[in-house]
Amino acid sequence: MLHLLRRLGFYVLTAWAAVTVNFFIPHLMPGDPVQNLIARQQGKSSPQAVEALRVQLGLTGHQSLWTEYWHYWGQLFHGDLGISTSFFPASVSSVLTVALPWTVALVGAATVVSFLAGTIIGIVVAWRRGSWLDGVLPVATFFQAVPYFFFALVVLIVLGSDLGAFPISGGSDQGLDPGFNWAFISSALYHGFLPMITIVVSSIAGWILGMRNMMVTTMDEDYVLVAQAKGLPTRRVIGYAARNAILPSVSSFSLSLSFVVSGALLTEIVFSYPGIGFQLLQAVQAEDFPLLQGIFLVITFAVLAANLFADVVYAALDPRTRQEA
Amino acid sequence: MTIIETAAPPDVVVPPPPVGRRVVRLPRSPKILLGLGMLLFFVLLAVIGPLLAPQDPTATTVDLLQGPSGAHWLGTTQSGQDVLSQLLVGARSTVLIGFLAGTIATVLSVVVGISAGYFGGLTDDLLSMLTNVFLVIPGLPLLIVLAAYLPSGTGSNPFVIALIVSVTGWAWGARVLRAQTLSLRRRDYVASAQVIGERPLRIIGAEILPNLTAIVASSFVFTVLYAIGTFVALAFLGVVDPSHWSWGSMLFWAESQNAAQVNAWWWFLPPGFAIALLGTSLALLNFGIDEFINPRLRAAGLTRKAARAAGLPRRIRFGLTPSISRGVAR
Amino acid sequence: MTDLVLDVRDLSVDYGIGDDAVHAAASVDLALHRGEVLGLAGESGSGKSTLAYAVTRLLRWPGVITGGEAWFHSAADGEVDLLTADADQLRRLRWSEIAVVFQSAMHALNPVYTIGRQLTDVFEVHRPELGRSARRARAIELLRMVGITGDRLGSYPHELSGGMRQRVMIAMALALEPRVVIMDEPTTALDVVTQREILAELIGLRDRLGFAVLFITHDLSLLIELADTIAVMYAGRLVERAPAASLFRAPRHPYTNGLLNSFPALHGEWQRMTGIPGHPPDLRRLPTGCPFHPRCPHAFDKCSTD
Repeated sequence: MLHLLRRLGFYVLTAWAAVTVNFFIPHLMPGDPVQNLIARQQGKSSPQAVEALRVQLGLTGHQSLWTEYWHYWGQLFHGDLGISTSFFPASVSSVLTVALPWTVALVGAATVVSFLAGTIIGIVVAWRRGSWLDGVLPVATFFQAVPYFFFALVVLIVLGSDLGAFPISGGSDQGLDPGFNWAFISSALYHGFLPMITIVVSSIAGWILGMRNMMVTTMDEDYVLVAQAKGLPTRRVIGYAARNAILPSVSSFSLSLSFVVSGALLTEIVFSYPGIGFQLLQAVQAEDFPLLQGIFLVITFAVLAANLFADVVYAALDPRTRQEA
Repeated sequence: MTIIETAAPPDVVVPPPPVGRRVVRLPRSPKILLGLGMLLFFVLLAVIGPLLAPQDPTATTVDLLQGPSGAHWLGTTQSGQDVLSQLLVGARSTVLIGFLAGTIATVLSVVVGISAGYFGGLTDDLLSMLTNVFLVIPGLPLLIVLAAYLPSGTGSNPFVIALIVSVTGWAWGARVLRAQTLSLRRRDYVASAQVIGERPLRIIGAEILPNLTAIVASSFVFTVLYAIGTFVALAFLGVVDPSHWSWGSMLFWAESQNAAQVNAWWWFLPPGFAIALLGTSLALLNFGIDEFINPRLRAAGLTRKAARAAGLPRRIRFGLTPSISRGVAR
Repeated sequence: MTDLVLDVRDLSVDYGIGDDAVHAAASVDLALHRGEVLGLAGESGSGKSTLAYAVTRLLRWPGVITGGEAWFHSAADGEVDLLTADADQLRRLRWSEIAVVFQSAMHALNPVYTIGRQLTDVFEVHRPELGRSARRARAIELLRMVGITGDRLGSYPHELSGGMRQRVMIAMALALEPRVVIMDEPTTALDVVTQREILAELIGLRDRLGFAVLFITHDLSLLIELADTIAVMYAGRLVERAPAASLFRAPRHPYTNGLLNSFPALHGEWQRMTGIPGHPPDLRRLPTGCPFHPRCPHAFDKCSTD
């Protein structure tokens, strides 16, 4: 329990750091960001938007930095992430609230599938060491190096355009009402399939390799030999080993998640999937700073929440964490 | 995540230096050689690429969106630009920034990681906290925010880009190095050096660093891989000025001009493959280094031919020691 | 006439194959009878553990058995050829008739499962007729047998002391009341006091349950009280085998003599210690004949050939 509380404290600290960094970046960059923006945009945003931005960023010069910092936190607690300049006058929160569920669904499903499948394959490859399955490893290594969005492009062409088997854009068919009805959900699944397998295939290699390496190391342990000496069936022996070998995978989940999220964002762009990734691209091109910063915060919080979940799982799996020195 | 917080990692074999000369054994596994070979090819490409390019990558022609042909080996883009030239010119930027960012990040991770591991106490607590924060925060969105606020004009400066990419790339290596330093610090030869009264910097330089060579190498390779991926992603998004040629920017233009939808495979496959191959070479190198560090991961050491010649079964099953007595293989 | 349980003849075990193979054990003969305690003594690298694991087919890769036979006289299956038995046969035999106590209990116990689970899993596999509460009851019985209270069933290995862990290992080995228990240096990792306690318990248990023991150790002095017969190994070869009492009184092989003289007596006058000069041979290039002859003060011609 203590262990988990410490982790929670760490996440709170990280969240604070993220918010603070988010606040200070505009102030730290050389020059006046709003001037830079105007110079670059040359009339893309309306003057009201620019002024609103200045107020938002706390760059009006009217108040002290400290006051503006407090003000920023106050806004956050009200769920106010500012006002988007490209969707002016819509608030950032409103823009993101629409996009977030799509991304969460996609990344969530893809990560679960990838983790489970990758771990199982890793176990099998490790157990049958010396067989043809070892050939999986260089293939997995290659796929690890392929950027997600490139693979997405390939998939898009092959399965989407050429074979026409799957839709090549959008989250669901136009004209359908979002909601828990089968028509919508089935359409969403159909549209989400390609992005999902892209993410799964791109990320699975890491899980396979990690689990395989850990299994190989674990199989050298005495307690696995004991399990064999006890005359336990093979499946049980593997289970005993795997239960230990999986721990580093769970604990390295956080690092992997960051990669997966980044990759997923880019994949969404390729498939024009209406999630946060797509919003990100638009925000970059429109230089919509509030939206960009809002996306950063939202993603950070989501990742932190997922990490906390992974920590809970780890504590449940490893009894040694429950003992505090 | 106990592995982040607690001390030494599980048994990683880091042999202490033999008394006297420190012998550096260069591993000779096929993975390392292949990876190294491919990598050298790309570095070469980066250096002489722009010189080999048959045409100016930005020059537009009237041959719009054409497949590979005699005049344009890799075809043309939407505005008639030669893809091959773009690929060759873009190589330099991609490789350069990848390695530059990798180097900066590795230096950072070495400094932070070893300091945290060696000095312990408050230093360790603070540095570890910092490392963990940077590990958890998703890198790409942070980088996008950072890059977006850059004053215009600096967006094409490779050093600036490399610097930004390295902001998120150092944390992983720092964590690994800290763990290793912690375990090395307890070794006898470090303790004896401290008793003699050697200055910490000298101990770190003379006793600890040499033993971390393999891990630093692995961390460097991994970081370069990460840096290239991140840079390509940033260029793909258009965060980095797309007129600055790199493989990522090629993909940016391909995507924004809907190359996939119009089936212009020659436009985006080459840069993508190039990135994948470069990444694979680094990953192979890393794989090889990993096997060097942890000998258990090496292939079982017995080729199938030799096994069969001795009369052993094709696959040695766990918990079933083979017996080749009496001419019967079990 | 004698109740032979384990019959090993001319067993040879290598690590690796080909020219670089390490000859860990060569032409070893062993015989273990019902209820007998056979001590297998030798220094590190003498091949004693290798032998025991090879016989039970638990030797890790790249261990290979290159010659000889090993027969087990099973209560259920009659005479079993251990070296050619298939996986299912071995699985049936393992633990229910031959059990192993490993050297380091910290590494031999699975850290993520309770010891209760690790005690009862053999019941689930080998005694499927037992229900959950029956299994639990048996586990508590086993713990009590080695002097641990039943409430420890839910403990994890890291929550127990070293001595307790070793006791759990012994209890685990005796769970199915096997005929043979192989103990691989079971007390080496413990302090001397705990060592004594555990050995005493072992003797008590053996007297009660009547199983045969193959006790592997590098410490000859332990075998004084414990063993009926002692076999001494050096560089993979069996150099002497005799009933315990005669071995200590009148050792016949110079190596055994050397070993015995390496232990200082606790009482009596000061003695000049004689170690054994030289060092153990490279197991890839063994001397011909008796492997000890290069270091032996009594070597004569026949030693290089026999």
